[in-house]
Amino acid sequence: MRDPELPVLTLADLGVLREVSEQDGRVVVTITPTYSGCPAIDEMGADLRRSLAKAGFEAVEVRLSLSPAWTTDWISDEGREKLAQAGIAPPSRIGPVAAGPVPLNLVPPSRQVACPQCGSPNTQEISRFGSTACKALRRCHACAEPFEHVKEI
Amino acid sequence: MSFDNAYESLLGGEDAHWAFGTGFSEALSGVNREFPAGVDKDALAAYCLMLGDDALIYSQRLSEWCSRAPELEEDIALANIALDLLGQARMLLTRAGEVLGRTEDELAYLRDEREFRNVHLAEIDCGPGPGGDFAATIARLLVFSSWRLALFSRLRGSADPVLKAIAEKGLKELAYHRDHAAQWTVRLGDGTDESHRRMQAGLERVWPFLDELFATHQVEAALQGVAVDPASLRSEVDGVLEAVLSAAGLTRPRDTKAARVAGRAGRDGVHTETMGYLLAEMQHLHRSLPGAVW
Repeated sequence: MRDPELPVLTLADLGVLREVSEQDGRVVVTITPTYSGCPAIDEMGADLRRSLAKAGFEAVEVRLSLSPAWTTDWISDEGREKLAQAGIAPPSRIGPVAAGPVPLNLVPPSRQVACPQCGSPNTQEISRFGSTACKALRRCHACAEPFEHVKEI
Repeated sequence: MSFDNAYESLLGGEDAHWAFGTGFSEALSGVNREFPAGVDKDALAAYCLMLGDDALIYSQRLSEWCSRAPELEEDIALANIALDLLGQARMLLTRAGEVLGRTEDELAYLRDEREFRNVHLAEIDCGPGPGGDFAATIARLLVFSSWRLALFSRLRGSADPVLKAIAEKGLKELAYHRDHAAQWTVRLGDGTDESHRRMQAGLERVWPFLDELFATHQVEAALQGVAVDPASLRSEVDGVLEAVLSAAGLTRPRDTKAARVAGRAGRDGVHTETMGYLLAEMQHLHRSLPGAVW
C-alpha cells in the first residue's frame, strides 16, 4: 500500500498505518492523518479496501485514529532512505512535543538539511510550504539543485 | 472506468476521488467518539461550533488569496494554511453535528449568518479585494494563529477526548502558521519605509478585534474542564505579540474595542457587514444545486 502523495513510501513507511487486526472475522485497519486537512486520507481508506478485497478480505473496517498525533518521527529508517533516493530530503528527528507554551521561531530554525542529490549540508530554505502540506522547498548551494524536504512536525 | 469523458471517469465508481473535491467521507469516521460522563452535550456542541466556525470562516478568507498573493510561494503558503484550518473545522463541525443531528456539510452550507459563532477577527476583509492589503492579512494571521495556538495548547488537557485529540494534532500546524506570520511581520516591519508603514497599518486594522478573543462566553464558563477560558490566554498571547513586534520594530497599537451590538458579537451570532458576502460566496453552489459534486 503506497501513500497517494508520496508514492515512494508505503503507508507503513510513512507511519500512518497504526494497526491491523482481525476482529470477529473482519479485518480492522487503523490509520492516522498526517495533517488535519490531509486530502489523501479518504484515498488511503479506499486503496486499503480495494487491496484487501483483491487479497480476498471482503469484510474490512478502516478506522481513523487522531491521538497520538502523527509525527515525522514515525517515518521508518527504510522510508527515510527511500525518500532520499527519490530526491526528497527526509525530516530530522525531533522527539516528543513538550508540554506548556510552544516556542516562537522568529528566524527559520537552523536545521542542517543535506542535499539529497550531492549530500552537501550547504542548503537553504526557499519556501516554507511546498507541493503538499508535508513538504517545504529548499535549494542546494553546492550543486544548485532545488529539492523538497519533508518538514518536521 | 471509461476514459472517453474525463469528467465522467472522475465521477465513476464508488471510490472517493480526493483530488477532485468530492466523495469525502465524514471527518471523524472510525474515531472513538463517546462523550465523557457528566458533560453538557448542548454546551459541548456550541463550543465545537465556536472553534469550528473560527477555522472554517478564516479558511474561506485565506482561500481568497489563492492566485492573488504577491509571490507564488506565498500563494501556496496561504492555501496550505487554509487547508489545515479547513481540516480542523471539519472535525469540529462533525463533533458538533453528532449532538445537533446534522452533518458537517449541512452545518457549513445551510446555516444562516446568525447561526455562525466565529469571532469577528476570522471574518473581516483584509484583502485581496479593494481596501485590503497583504500586510493586513499577515497581521491577522499573526494574531489569529498566536491566539489559537495558545488555546489549543491548553485544550490538550480537555476532558473531551475528541477535543483533546483535535488540539494535539492542530497544535503543530498552528505553530507553523504562527512562525510563518511572525517571520513575515519581521520582514515587513524591519524592511523598507513603505513595508514598515503598511505592516503598522495592518496591525492598526486588526487590533480592535483582539478584545473579543479573550472575552469569556457563557458556553465556555459552562464547560469547566472541557473548554478553555479564553481570558486565561491573554498574557501568553500578549507576550508573543510583544516579542514579534519588538523584533520587527513595530509599535503595539492602542487597545481599542470594535463595536458590539447590545454587548453581543460573533460568539452570539452577531456579525459584521462583510459576513453575508462571505457566506454568499461560500454557500451559493450548495444552495443552488443541493448535493452537487464535481
